[in-house]
Amino acid sequence: MSSVAEKVIAGDIRAVARLIRDIDDGMPEVREILKELYPSTGKAYVIGITGAPGVGKSTLVDQMLNHIRKDDKTVGVLAVDPTSPFSGGAILGDRVRMQRHSMDEGVFIRSMATRGHFGGLTQSTRSAIDVLDAMGKDYIIVETVGVGQDEVDVVKSAHTTVIVVIPGMGDDIQAIKAGILETGDIFLINKADREGSDKTMSDLRLMIDMDKKKYEGGKWKPPILKVQAVFDAGVMEFLEEIEKHRQYLIETSDGLQFRRKRNRVQDELTEMVKNRLIEEVLENLTETGEFDRAVDSIVEGKLDPYSACDNLVLPALGVSSGGPVKGSEVL
Amino acid sequence: MGNKRHIRVMVAKPGLDGHDRGARIIARAYRDAGFEVVYSGLHQTPEEIVEAAIQEDVDMIGLSSLAGAHNYLFPRTVELLREKGVDDIVVCGGGIIPDEDILALKEVGIKEIFTPGTTLDEVVKWVEENVKPR
Repeated sequence: MSSVAEKVIAGDIRAVARLIRDIDDGMPEVREILKELYPSTGKAYVIGITGAPGVGKSTLVDQMLNHIRKDDKTVGVLAVDPTSPFSGGAILGDRVRMQRHSMDEGVFIRSMATRGHFGGLTQSTRSAIDVLDAMGKDYIIVETVGVGQDEVDVVKSAHTTVIVVIPGMGDDIQAIKAGILETGDIFLINKADREGSDKTMSDLRLMIDMDKKKYEGGKWKPPILKVQAVFDAGVMEFLEEIEKHRQYLIETSDGLQFRRKRNRVQDELTEMVKNRLIEEVLENLTETGEFDRAVDSIVEGKLDPYSACDNLVLPALGVSSGGPVKGSEVL
Repeated sequence: MGNKRHIRVMVAKPGLDGHDRGARIIARAYRDAGFEVVYSGLHQTPEEIVEAAIQEDVDMIGLSSLAGAHNYLFPRTVELLREKGVDDIVVCGGGIIPDEDILALKEVGIKEIFTPGTTLDEVVKWVEENVKPR
């Protein structure tokens, strides 16, 4: 086993931090290390927390850390913030709310930027989860705004998915409905002292009740809780719901090997193959200039994009197109 | 994918100093320059800053101080990094730092000190020239 993998499994903070950086930066050499770490994963319980900016996700996570640490369990946190599409930079500010835990050896907090690469967020976050899992964290909390398919996928890969809203977000509830609302295992109304929390509660309840069929036969029905994270009000009850959901998963699925469940593995592998293909094929084509040449011929009207795509992809995959690929003079 | 190193920077406010507008403007300028910026929040001890910088694997720590305690807080940060065997995180500082303190701070390992009047372009350019994403 490589020394990096050994250090990660031994819980070496610096090795873990650097490995996550390499994952984020897309360094190909991390693949071998992740292969070595994989047998040590699958033990941590993963909690996904999502909600619009400003609903109090980081403050909530901070309070959760406090409670979980009292039980002497260790926690890894991945806080995802958006990358500016204009500069490629990002301000990662989630940590500010959790910084009181930074000296606690049982807590590892890492901020990640979405970066906006091809589905890369999903993959790099999942790999980072594996790293924290292999280092022996009991819980891993992933915090994200949950906008876009990538972030939805990240949250979906958690054991328990938590959706945080605040009062007065009536229309926003409709807006998130189409995305991840269906995936919520627990709903939280944070800042519940604000006006409108009862209305938000009944909106959510109505929405969940409309899916009544989904919960027949003892299936998990998402609870809705009011909390005030900043005062730690209701957070303990929230953690109890997570525990209940965990028990439910243990009883109904094949135990805690939830991340190894078939459809999950299928999703992950699909993602991985897709990314890998893009990486290998597209990058090579860009380097050789073939890609640019194809773009030129389309722009000049010499080639249609469908043939161009065939010309680029099939040879790269070692597939013969079943006949001469037409090209020039099509248009 | 990505396969490109991004510069990661931590902007930190050590000590009992509640003035972070400058730090936030710097953070914003760094972001606009394409860096990933982790902001520490207020009232951090050097211990907390160093621990966070290690967990975040940043290439640089930018310390902001406007309250006069830089002669303890800045060197202590550098010292803690050394104690932890970290030799590849650049530390620089900014804020209300009298000229007569600058030389001593640089001698203990603060790579650069930025004082009032420095433009955002200068601050960004310095990072681009002096901080290599590993």
